[in-house]
Amino acid sequence: MTRFIALFVAGIAVSISAATFPTDDRAIVHLLGRTGFGPRRGDVEKVRALGIQRYLDQQLHPERIADASMAAHLTGLTTLILSTRQIAEQYEIPQLEARRQKKQDAKDGDPAAGDGKPPNAMQLMATGVMAELAEQKLLRAVFSDRQLQEVLTDFWFNHFNVDARKGRDRFLLTEYERDTIRPRVFGKFRDLLGATAKSPAMLFYLDNWMSAANNPRRGLNENYGRELMELHTLGVDGGYTQKDVTEVARALTGWTFDNPRGGGSFTFNPRIHDPGEKIVLGHVIKAGGGESDGEQVLDILARQPATATFIATKLTRRFVSDTPPPALVARVAARFRDTDGDLREVMRTILTSPEFLSPDAYRAKVKTPFEFVASALRATGADVQDARPLIRELEQLGMPLYMCQPPTGYKDTGDAWVNTGALVSRMNFAVRLTGGQLRGVSIGNPQSVTALNLGAPDFQRR
Amino acid sequence: MQSRRVFLKNGAFAFVSLGFAPSFMARTAVAASGRSKQLIAIFQRGAVDGLSVVVPFGESDYYKARPSIAIPRPNTGENAALDLDGFFGFNPRLQPLKPLWDSRQLAIVHACGSPDSTRSHFDAQDYMESATPGVKSTADGWLNRYLQNQHAEHATPFRAVALTSQLPRMLQGTAPALAVSQLAQFGIRAGGASEAVGASFEAEYAATADSVLNGTGREAFSAIKMLKTADPSKYEPANGADYPRSPFGQSLRQIAQLTKANVGLEVAFTDVGGWDTHVNQGAGQGQLGTRLDDFSRSIAALVTDLGDRMDDTVVLTMSEFGRAVNENGNRGTDHGHGNAMMVIGGGVRGGHVYGTWPGLSVEKRYDGRDLAVTTDFRDVFGEIVTKHLGLRDARQVFPGFQISEARFPGLFA
Repeated sequence: MTRFIALFVAGIAVSISAATFPTDDRAIVHLLGRTGFGPRRGDVEKVRALGIQRYLDQQLHPERIADASMAAHLTGLTTLILSTRQIAEQYEIPQLEARRQKKQDAKDGDPAAGDGKPPNAMQLMATGVMAELAEQKLLRAVFSDRQLQEVLTDFWFNHFNVDARKGRDRFLLTEYERDTIRPRVFGKFRDLLGATAKSPAMLFYLDNWMSAANNPRRGLNENYGRELMELHTLGVDGGYTQKDVTEVARALTGWTFDNPRGGGSFTFNPRIHDPGEKIVLGHVIKAGGGESDGEQVLDILARQPATATFIATKLTRRFVSDTPPPALVARVAARFRDTDGDLREVMRTILTSPEFLSPDAYRAKVKTPFEFVASALRATGADVQDARPLIRELEQLGMPLYMCQPPTGYKDTGDAWVNTGALVSRMNFAVRLTGGQLRGVSIGNPQSVTALNLGAPDFQRR
Repeated sequence: MQSRRVFLKNGAFAFVSLGFAPSFMARTAVAASGRSKQLIAIFQRGAVDGLSVVVPFGESDYYKARPSIAIPRPNTGENAALDLDGFFGFNPRLQPLKPLWDSRQLAIVHACGSPDSTRSHFDAQDYMESATPGVKSTADGWLNRYLQNQHAEHATPFRAVALTSQLPRMLQGTAPALAVSQLAQFGIRAGGASEAVGASFEAEYAATADSVLNGTGREAFSAIKMLKTADPSKYEPANGADYPRSPFGQSLRQIAQLTKANVGLEVAFTDVGGWDTHVNQGAGQGQLGTRLDDFSRSIAALVTDLGDRMDDTVVLTMSEFGRAVNENGNRGTDHGHGNAMMVIGGGVRGGHVYGTWPGLSVEKRYDGRDLAVTTDFRDVFGEIVTKHLGLRDARQVFPGFQISEARFPGLFA
């Protein structure tokens, strides 16, 4: 440990002037636990040979990583490449028809009311689409060489969280993650924000699709307008008022989606749009702007200083520590502002910062259950023929994938995940994994990594 | 706090070296202190529409504001409100709780909530759990601060239990609290090697310099040993209690199990979601009605099951805020402000709706749209903590708030 600290201190001193890095193996383990889901056998040696700087550069440009073996792990998961329209045709509409038929048969009450029961995890998994998406997420975390891209996809999905259990969202998340989130995690924040705002998944989850002005049957719905500011951009202390929430909601009226049969993608419906003037955070949005009202709102929010600080805080909390150093947050926020929210540059600033490489950051983060399971599979060199048992394990561990109910997403601090029950569950997972008790999962050499390694205190941190 | 850790350390040591049966110790503790008081806190996450739960059918404004989702006045059909006091009525799906009202075991505090104006689920839940509205930086939850401040001579790892997979904010803090979603599965399960593997894990956590994981690990292994002795797999509910098979029903069943296992349970927590009814809320039937049906049948089963123990047990229900008075354009309701809480058992003076009713006319509403708050939720928590749980000084539990008996709703004599 002493050697590690000494090297890190040296690293800090140098990195400020010349941006070089310590080459200690523990620094590499640290890097692999933050920019990825922990080391596999041989990873430390690979990074040592490549150099930390070059490894980071590669990870920041996933398109330069071949990731040739990933496709093989995903074969058989046939819904992953389907469009929302195809998923609607093959899964959603047949299910709707079946339900409608059942209702008609039963002549059971008001069909619009529904029974209000959120489907449970197993029911959702039974639809196939959600099961495959969850399997995909875990398989990528374990096997993809584009590790940082997967970490960031997890981060940004959680930031723009959508719960699969809400109505038709279970059919929308495949496209949401694949086409809305993953391709944009190294792009501009405004672009990512705009893509989520127009995604059917988000439009449905936070009800904006039905928010309407001048309509006798529908009305204004503030749900998305509020979370857009509180959770996606400004943060709860970002200086907005209830009046701003209402104005943003008014500006976004008419942002909706087509009927699933027509493709179900974003569309602007001028008939339910509020054409009047809006004032958002003191900015006037002139009357008659139509669809551009919403774009102007997103422009305003993406460029607020509070947004830069909020995003910087969340990213440094994920990558550095539960209580990121304020000076680092300030620098990252400044980089966000200076680059107009260039997320690649923001990430570069975090990952090359002395705070990221400081001894204070080493093992400062408690793994979430997802990180724990993925890192355990990597550490054991597991081969996964069927990821579904692992998806069920994650439910036991308190983190069912794509099923985080509140729009806040899962918590990213240790206090949410360290408790007696969770620890016992993790130890039991370690026993089952190393004991070969998980169907569809085989581990290379059970002797080299034991349950006591994976259930140990050290392995709960990254 | 210090003494607690020392107890755990010594306690775990004692179990191992002397073979003391933990439940024996717990029972001894109960016997020594006389009756042990218990609180079961239930959080309805998502903001339940209190105006559809405890319905102010005596207000014509209620019916004006809700043309399609109001609960009809009592005695107007099977989906009509159940008259409580001539002004308020239960949602018809709360029928299972009506006998508790009639026998004065159930009290309601209406127009109750937070002085903070937030309509964010996240913030409002945070404030209700930290009991510091408007202050996000509070490190711990109010139930945990209660545990910190109420000295427990013979505290067990089951003193505070959440039947949830993650420890809720309300129980987070320096006092130990356990989160466990399935009692029967609590323990190291490695077949014939369970004992040995468990002992090895225990040694690893005892040896680590990581103070957070060291402490949590110690608590985990103490809890495993106690529960093993209590043997929850053999549980049969009493008095014909019939719990719904829902997650909420099963959580309450397990709370009853723990209570009756005499493992030292003092504070229990569980939560239940599905209340965020922005769209097609329904009235007596429909989305909200279905949730309320599960809710009320589960609580009624718990009360039946606990029987006499309800004399020492308070069940408290809460939700982060109420919903707007006017229904929205989607036959649902948007985020509002004041709400209704229920307090059941423990010698509560039931059969009464506590708090000042502000009225629903537009000028009486908060921000012109929501039920105003006339009782700060901390006054309800404060009364329960002092009058029921017997904490002498609750000031540390509610920092920044003047705890005053004069403002208590008067739930307890």
